Amino acid sequence: MELYHVELLSAALFAIGVYGVLARRNAVMVLMAVELMLNAATINAVAYAAFLDPGRLVGQVITVFIITVAAAEVGLAMAIILRLYRVRATANVDEADEMKG
Amino acid sequence: MDAQAVAFAIVAVVALVSGIGVVTTRNVAHAALFLLVSLASVAGVFILLVAEFLALVQVLIYGGAVTIVLLFALMLTRAEEFSNVRANPQWLVGALAAIGVFGAMGAVILNDRLDTQALQGPSLKELGGELFTNWVVPFEIASLVLLMALIGAIILARASDNDAPGSGG
Repeated sequence: MELYHVELLSAALFAIGVYGVLARRNAVMVLMAVELMLNAATINAVAYAAFLDPGRLVGQVITVFIITVAAAEVGLAMAIILRLYRVRATANVDEADEMKG
Repeated sequence: MDAQAVAFAIVAVVALVSGIGVVTTRNVAHAALFLLVSLASVAGVFILLVAEFLALVQVLIYGGAVTIVLLFALMLTRAEEFSNVRANPQWLVGALAAIGVFGAMGAVILNDRLDTQALQGPSLKELGGELFTNWVVPFEIASLVLLMALIGAIILARASDNDAPGSGG
């Protein structure tokens, strides 16, 4: 297992996330794809901490913060999706295309 | 190939296949379960990268909390709309963008190999010490972010009287 193997895995997961964000219409599906992209980023941070950083720490600390922010983001996004569903009776991102409440 | 490489190949393949499942399946509940498998595989990658604490956090936060919240949201919104999600007409654009992103990143990764050191990770004691000394201000800010997200989610999701579908308010 070399560093570039892990980097390629991370790049592939990120590309899958990009496809999911662009190609899905359901807001929950888009959110899941965003989670995949965040995970690809954390894999990179952990891999660089393990292979490159002499102190071995910073990448892991950053990953803790990424996971924290991702948890906050999921909670807020869920609240927004529930609100959107209640107001518009849909969770389709294409139909939520205006800023008017 | 040593045992570590075999284990990495297995978790990488599982993570990628279930990741593709997340973005291609038409059933949102299946997508959430695929996401759970993919995130658990990423926890396996963390173990192979000597980050046991992060693997635990990954399983607890993503496997335990995020997937459950997603499934709750599916449960609270209308189920029939989610059981058969149609494809977006711009899926081809998405596929081309994904291939472009992967191609660009893969070319950079393979062309510019970094000089690596032997694989090793910090002890949990070192990680905790670092988190509560050099990173204590970001740590406190992260707790504030979580608190604000919690309050904001409650305010956003709280039902009000004039919230009938289509009423626009």
